[in-house]
Amino acid sequence: MVRYIANKFFYMLVSLFILISATFFLMKAIPGDPFTSEKKVPPAIKERLYEQYGLDKPVYQQYLKYLGDIAQGNFGISMKRANQDVSEIIGQTFSSSLKLGLVAIVVAVVVGVLLGMLAALYHRKLMDNVAMVLAVLGIAVPSFVVATMLQYVFASKLHWLPTTGFNGPLYYFLPVAALTAQPIAFIARLTRSSMLEVLHADYIKTAKAKGLGWMAILFRHVIRNGIMPVITYLGPMTANIVTGSVVIEQLFGIGGIGKQFVEVISNRDYPIIMGITIFYGILLMFARFITDIAYVLVDPRIKLNKGKEG
Amino acid sequence: MDLKQMKVMPAPADLKPEDFRKIGMDEKEAEVIQRESISAWQDAWYRLRTNKLAMFALCVLIFICVAAIIGPMISNYDYYSNDYLNTNSKPSAEHWFGTDDLGRDMFVRTWMGARISLIVGLAAACIDLLIGVIYGGIMGYYGGRVDEIMNKFSEILYAIPYLLVTILLLVVLEPSLGTIILALTITGWINMSWIVRGEIMQLKNREFVLASRSMGAGSGRLLFRHLLPNAVGPIIVTVTLSVPNAIFAEAFLSFLGLGVQAPIASLGSMINDALTAWEAYPWRMLFPAILISLTMLCFNIFGDGLRDALDPKLKK
Amino acid sequence: MKKNKSLLLLLTLVLALSTLLAACGSNDKGASNGGKNNTPAENGNSGEDGLAADQTLRINLSAEPPTFDPALAEDSQANTVLKTMYEGLVRVDDEGQPLPGTAETWDVDGVKYTFHLRKDAVWSNGDPVTAHDFVFAWERVLSPETMPAPTYAYQLYYLKNAQKYNEGEISDFSQVGVRAADDYTLEVELEAPTPYFLGLTSFYTYYPVHQSVKGDEKWALDASKMIVNGPFTLTNWTKGQTIEVTKNDKYWDKDNIKLNKITMSLVNSSASELASYKNNELDRAGHPHGEIPTDQIPILEKDLKDELKIKGIASTYYYQFNTTEKPFDNFKIRKAFAMAIDRQILVDKVALGGQIPAFGFVPPGIKGINDEYRVENKDDYFAENIEEAKKLLEEGMQEEGYTKLPDITLLYNSNDAHKKFALAVADMWKQNLGVDVQTQNQEWAVFLENRQNLNYQVARAGWSADYNDPMTFLDMWTSNSPHNDVGFKNEEYDKLIAEAKATEDNEKRNENFKKAEEIFVKETMAILPLYYYTNVGLEKPWLKGVSLDFSGAIDYTRAYITEERK
Repeated sequence: MVRYIANKFFYMLVSLFILISATFFLMKAIPGDPFTSEKKVPPAIKERLYEQYGLDKPVYQQYLKYLGDIAQGNFGISMKRANQDVSEIIGQTFSSSLKLGLVAIVVAVVVGVLLGMLAALYHRKLMDNVAMVLAVLGIAVPSFVVATMLQYVFASKLHWLPTTGFNGPLYYFLPVAALTAQPIAFIARLTRSSMLEVLHADYIKTAKAKGLGWMAILFRHVIRNGIMPVITYLGPMTANIVTGSVVIEQLFGIGGIGKQFVEVISNRDYPIIMGITIFYGILLMFARFITDIAYVLVDPRIKLNKGKEG
Repeated sequence: MDLKQMKVMPAPADLKPEDFRKIGMDEKEAEVIQRESISAWQDAWYRLRTNKLAMFALCVLIFICVAAIIGPMISNYDYYSNDYLNTNSKPSAEHWFGTDDLGRDMFVRTWMGARISLIVGLAAACIDLLIGVIYGGIMGYYGGRVDEIMNKFSEILYAIPYLLVTILLLVVLEPSLGTIILALTITGWINMSWIVRGEIMQLKNREFVLASRSMGAGSGRLLFRHLLPNAVGPIIVTVTLSVPNAIFAEAFLSFLGLGVQAPIASLGSMINDALTAWEAYPWRMLFPAILISLTMLCFNIFGDGLRDALDPKLKK
Repeated sequence: MKKNKSLLLLLTLVLALSTLLAACGSNDKGASNGGKNNTPAENGNSGEDGLAADQTLRINLSAEPPTFDPALAEDSQANTVLKTMYEGLVRVDDEGQPLPGTAETWDVDGVKYTFHLRKDAVWSNGDPVTAHDFVFAWERVLSPETMPAPTYAYQLYYLKNAQKYNEGEISDFSQVGVRAADDYTLEVELEAPTPYFLGLTSFYTYYPVHQSVKGDEKWALDASKMIVNGPFTLTNWTKGQTIEVTKNDKYWDKDNIKLNKITMSLVNSSASELASYKNNELDRAGHPHGEIPTDQIPILEKDLKDELKIKGIASTYYYQFNTTEKPFDNFKIRKAFAMAIDRQILVDKVALGGQIPAFGFVPPGIKGINDEYRVENKDDYFAENIEEAKKLLEEGMQEEGYTKLPDITLLYNSNDAHKKFALAVADMWKQNLGVDVQTQNQEWAVFLENRQNLNYQVARAGWSADYNDPMTFLDMWTSNSPHNDVGFKNEEYDKLIAEAKATEDNEKRNENFKKAEEIFVKETMAILPLYYYTNVGLEKPWLKGVSLDFSGAIDYTRAYITEERK
């Protein structure tokens, strides 16, 4: 297992390096820089800014310098937000997204799996249809529409919840609801579909035949096997949700990392773009790594580190 | 022929070779299946046909497609001419779906939008399906180093900031429907490949795969005849979801400037435009929203039907 | 079949429900008064002069200011907040007249200004505000050593030798035209006569800075470190979430400050901002630090007539031609395009914010000799006339030998309002001139890069005033101006502007400005003026004393909240 993890870690480092390189040159390839603005910065001042931030050097030199800085754990300072540390900005914005995201993930998984299970157990019955209509609505209605409707009903009309902001428990309800509409739908459908398969599998029939109680069948076999695709989806979904939804964060005025990312990309704030990309990359790879481990834990038949021949 | 009886009967001693003659039935013929052969596809089609709900959804989808083609033609209006005397007017006999903020006919625009959204959604989903299934299938099937490298590659691609890629695409390529579809599929297929990989990893050690392998089936046959058909459930769910995902991603792109160039609009961008004043002019949002939701609903019902029909495990 | 029906029915019901709610909404408009968010404060002057007990103002900033360092700020959101925290030498009233700020009085003698600072002005830590603080702050803005280099340093180039010092030509700051004669006397010498200089000293780049910030790069990022001299101090800055300023009891004019607190949310969505305003979570919404959806303006004009505040500001919205590129290298073709659109309809039906159709470049609100420049010099440089436009287009095409115009693309930056406007203009060109014009939107930085590199045919643009003088609009079109991105070159124009910069004579300046504008618009038609901007805001009836200046900058320091707010 140690070797397995060490191996994984090595691959992770290599991919991180590729990710950094690709993003760096991509970022430099697009037009504009942090000091592009309608009211042009006078050339002399712009030159000095370039010098101060090392933008006057050839791109490959900037790249090598950046790699050196990163190796020392130095993410640099923002070019747009004077003298702010990139790591600090990421920390601040990520904490908002994380708080919201964790709540959303728990809600999405619990509600989604529950809906999917009910739908599968009551296949082609009313429950199935209700669950699936809810799921389809979650997918069919774009999140900006969901968010606007929620704001309209619960804030503007009923005055139960605040329209925007993120200053306490009350502020979680609407963004979480808007954020989870799609994942719930997705999870519910994945669960339903895979549970249906499992329910028809021979080992379930065997289990039934040998007189196992339905609770035992459900928990020991059906859920455990039926939840596989959900786990696959959970990795990227977690990474997706905790890295912030631009639309939700914008509409609800949450200072999260998703909104931040879009802002720094349009500002061309290079160090933050790189910082968030690396952060996001690590998070994603880690989430996928956990997913792979979870596969093994949930399904003993899967062996990860062996090829076909192994 | 009753073989059992033949065996237990003692052979009469006085039989000569001339007593035997060929009756024209060789072993091979004995194996011939009398019932007309049904391929897996015919079988699936048969089962799909009997699923009335799925067929109805298919009909609605076809209707929407046809309407998206002829809808704009049967109206007296076009999708781009402004009419400042009739901005934001309610649905009427004149304008069936009302007009928008520039006085353009919403009926025509809605069907034009459906046309764009359907093209974008279907094209993106098809490409996602093709690349994602093959890529994910190979990852999951071969495992080991192949999986490791391909998996990492997909992760890197997934982690590269999507916005940077789209902005660059816009600079390099002309903004067109093709560019949008390209932008949507650059990372769109990855989710599918991960889902497929997970399924294949789970399936490849199953008994039926072992059996097939021990009978000498090659990798291609194993993957495409045995593994993928068994993963069809999650694949179809993912595809039916990648259609709306592509449609909404397109709406987001048009917000950034990579979407279809105005005055052409997609359903997503029409809803987006209408959203800021939807309480006052609900029809501007409602018609595109109903159409998009209806399309999604039908895609999903049809997808479910397709899944039930294709999935070998659900055969009754 | 039956099952399917019920599915569809359910879907339709859900969708219909939202419409129903919307319909209900329009019936009880204005009646909703949540009032949940108004927590009564313990302190405050309750009962006095009909003031509300809780003097907390709630507004929204659509973008978070990157920094509160006055030297580095450059956005209108920072301007809004900095105005509450700092005070420059003078303050400016609604009409653009300078009022005493940190300087009690001042003497002007040509290019020499002497500011007499008030002795009771102190920093929020109790230190007196002295002339040295101004010298320190201005040196900081201009010093080549400052990290990062302040982009707005050029706002101080009016000071003698300031540009040379900033560009490193001279290294001795004592040669720059600012000096503290004593603790309370600031002497300023300018490069050339600048009639609008007093107004400039109210701008944030000119604010004093406490000398303790030396060597501390992060002082302006941390509420606990900010030492300010204005009516409010920064008490909370949760990045990305909220900003809060609280009344500064050390401020010299604190008796005239009624607000106790200003809380600012950071929501970047016009629809959400409006919803918050309607839900009584905000006391003011819209420009200059927020936004209201354009679509909603006609509705608000009916529903919230008394709360909707529309005020013209000194900014111009225009399309610019690339005069070096076909087909707009031809004057007649440019003019035909400019004449073939109906600006009144565009303003009434598309822009919707009560804007004023523009036929010149300098907007109203900018000072002339005795009145506004635009009043003294009418913008009648051309008139809309479709027949004439058609004729001009034909002549222009003949001159260039076209039988058919080349493909034309109108470029704009991605934004719903710009999109709508571009479509409307393109449609008018099609209807009136029979010319097909493609519209294309681009991401902001890409768009700017293309425009600045003259990589366009006709593109959207907007310009706002840096100071209250026609110069801020006209000196950008000189041949060597970095802002001249239309390929316009005219020697006479350059001469007129150079002359105006050198003289104190208001008549002469005005005459030159008028001539220059005439050359630029009437004779060259290098741009296609569309409208003069307005500020569109919503203000609750209980909010009083908010002041908006000519440029649309907002001053909340003297605002207050009446008892009407429950």
